[in-house]
Amino acid sequence: MSVDLTLKIGGEAGQGMQTIGYVLSKTLARGGFHLFANQDYMSRIRGGHNFFQIRVKEEPVYALSEEVDILIALDKATVKIHRPELKEKGVIIFDGEQIDISPKKPHLLSVPLERLAREEGGNKLFSNSVAVGAALGVLDYRFDILAQVLKEVFGRRGEETVQNNVKAARAGYDFTRENYKDSQVSPLQSGKGNKKMLISGNEALSLGAMAAGCKFMAAYPMTPSTGIITYLAGKAREFGLVAEQAEDEIAAINMAIGASFAGVRAMVATSGGGFSLMVEALGLVGMTETPLVIIEAQRPGPSTGLPTRTAQADLEFVLHASQGEFPRAIFAPATAEDAFWSVVKAFNLAEKYQVPVIIMSDQHLADSYSTCHKFDLRKVKIERGIISDTELTKIKDYKRHRFTPSGISPRAFPSQKGRIVITDSDEHDEDGHLTEDLEMGKKMVQKRLKKIEALATEIEPPQVYPHENAQIILIGWGSTYGALREAVDILIDQGVDVSLMHFQEIWPFPTQLVTSILSKAKQSFCVENNATGQLARIIRAETGRKVTGKILKFDGRPFSSQYIIKELKKKKG
Amino acid sequence: MVTIDDYQGQVTAWCPGCGDFGILQALKKALVNLKLEPHQVLIVSGIGQASKLPHYMRCNTFNGLHGRILPVATGAKVANQELVVIGVGGDGDNYGEGGNHFLHAIRRNIDITLLVHNNKVYGLTKGQASPTSDPAFVTKVQPGGVVSSSFNPLSLAISQDAGFVSRGWSGDIDHLSWLIKQAIQHKGFSLVDTLQPCVTFNKKNTYRWYKERVYKLAEEYDPTDRLAAFERAQEWGDRIPIGIFYRKQKPTFEDQLAGLKKGPLFRQKLDPSQLKPLLETLS
Repeated sequence: MSVDLTLKIGGEAGQGMQTIGYVLSKTLARGGFHLFANQDYMSRIRGGHNFFQIRVKEEPVYALSEEVDILIALDKATVKIHRPELKEKGVIIFDGEQIDISPKKPHLLSVPLERLAREEGGNKLFSNSVAVGAALGVLDYRFDILAQVLKEVFGRRGEETVQNNVKAARAGYDFTRENYKDSQVSPLQSGKGNKKMLISGNEALSLGAMAAGCKFMAAYPMTPSTGIITYLAGKAREFGLVAEQAEDEIAAINMAIGASFAGVRAMVATSGGGFSLMVEALGLVGMTETPLVIIEAQRPGPSTGLPTRTAQADLEFVLHASQGEFPRAIFAPATAEDAFWSVVKAFNLAEKYQVPVIIMSDQHLADSYSTCHKFDLRKVKIERGIISDTELTKIKDYKRHRFTPSGISPRAFPSQKGRIVITDSDEHDEDGHLTEDLEMGKKMVQKRLKKIEALATEIEPPQVYPHENAQIILIGWGSTYGALREAVDILIDQGVDVSLMHFQEIWPFPTQLVTSILSKAKQSFCVENNATGQLARIIRAETGRKVTGKILKFDGRPFSSQYIIKELKKKKG
Repeated sequence: MVTIDDYQGQVTAWCPGCGDFGILQALKKALVNLKLEPHQVLIVSGIGQASKLPHYMRCNTFNGLHGRILPVATGAKVANQELVVIGVGGDGDNYGEGGNHFLHAIRRNIDITLLVHNNKVYGLTKGQASPTSDPAFVTKVQPGGVVSSSFNPLSLAISQDAGFVSRGWSGDIDHLSWLIKQAIQHKGFSLVDTLQPCVTFNKKNTYRWYKERVYKLAEEYDPTDRLAAFERAQEWGDRIPIGIFYRKQKPTFEDQLAGLKKGPLFRQKLDPSQLKPLLETLS
């Protein structure tokens, strides 16, 4: 039977769930498995209830399961909240000496986490490593992989910390192997696949920016986008880039515009609230035709909303943000791997067409870890769309906003002898000087909008899986991909004639292809993490076609395949 | 040899007699004096009468949004330290809409010069009070007179230990030009708050009003004494000092950025293969 294993670690904020979740994930990935891991955390530093869950498979996996095989409960609340999710043969690992639950039932595996941590590691702080060891003991997993990962993760804190963690983990591992030999969880034999990368969405977006040669990034910290500036700031020295924490999002985007105008690839990252503050400058990007990549990591709104949860409710906002009309591109990567490539492409399109490119992420994508094959850096092509010095010398009278058949003007930077680069947030002439010549203003609007034609040809149409001719089409965008694709696989196995149409690049809208697919389907359902079906409305506006129904979820949590299947069965009639 | 003619720009749309003319002339003179060519200079401006200035000369220009001069200038300077970056805008631009950026530009101490046309009134939107308007100043929006106190950019900058804090007066072009030159030469953030009359909307702070009051800080004045500078910055009314109030050499923002140790950002080669060793660590 193929592996489909879910581990969940629950406890209070401040109990270090993220670290042990990461250690466990890395250990499982290192053993050759694919996995998808996600944390669910509250907007607080201590207390409350947080959890980290990992789903392990032998094939690529991009979604969570609602059913749990191994629950590691670091507090009593975890047992109470998550016990119903346990599979028939699932187990709960908890510290019976600290948590008042008598381990009478066979699925309750009491492990003296704190005591073993103190005895073996010398401090109860190592209980989490005991717990990781205990879980891997239940799975009869290779301990040496865990020991190696602990060494890498805690190496910076010194050899003693590493050794104490390893000893504590070993104690937990041995304890469950000795005491719970007869647990019914299937053992997990490692070593099938190749070594894979384990990265989060935020890391992938950051790496994509670095690969694309982003040299300047500015942000104001805002969950769930903060991981991007954190990652880039940590690489600033080594890779020669600047990641600046601005005084506010308005400053952040204007700084990035200044950097881009001066000749470097520049980016900002924020969430919906911060993007709201950036909107005026988004228009400035459109008007001055200064390339910019914007990452908008969504969370539930409006206003401050639910800071640490997920949503897809900013699509129409991002599409329509700013006064006036100008071209923009909108991407919505489906997975961490996609996220990497989408940033690479975003920089190319931003510079080639001198437009803003907005990447829609969300908390689910940003914070989830998943495995993927190592990025092939040879495939990263950098197209800057800058006029070469040779070309430039042929132009007698350089004009930053010169009219051309494509609408794309020659882009040069300030500081090179023989030319002056001028641009303006006011309507301007070809030189870039402000103008109130209304005929000129009209021509400039047309020039900017003209760029959409060629930009649209660069957009990757939605991915259709497995084929275009199904009776039922499920439609999604962005981070819902994993759950949707899995739902489609399960439904097809159950004999339902269904396919997925998934958007990773949404704007300019691929009208033709979408119209053709929808015209063939008997029924179509938009699946979105919002309350009103924003993509469904865009589809209606762009194709004139109304989807049959919508499967919506707006409780701050991501979709699971189980949820989609259940809702579809209710709706499809 | 660079001359004033190299900086010749578009025809102006300012009111005849506007203080902006003096500032424009002083700026051009300072740049020529520094032997800077137009391609070496970037002016970032915002929105307002003052912010139209770069169109009336000839150099690299980013005429951006109202209040956002300093962030754009900061980004441009970080990307290319070879550019001389000058922010130009009015009192509304810099002390109203962009007030927060003013505070943080001082904190960063990035090597840019901020030239503020301070006419104590809003010109472009036709005569409303500005953050620097004197209390009781009457406008159509403040018919009972301005209630809020007048923003003092100099004492704020000095209180935050800005590295170069000065005030000029558009009626003395030679002095203003000298100030601008000093400000550009200063390594770090430099403020040139420049008093100027608005002949159309400010009937209080007129040419004559300033002429009767403005005086230059004496040669013996010590601009390194922060407390004295703060005290002098309070002087307003019968006598109004101009000159360099405070200066202090501090490490600049750019000097301290780890990411710039490899050289200016815009000169760096983009090479995706640099990422290879990093990707190795992720599996």
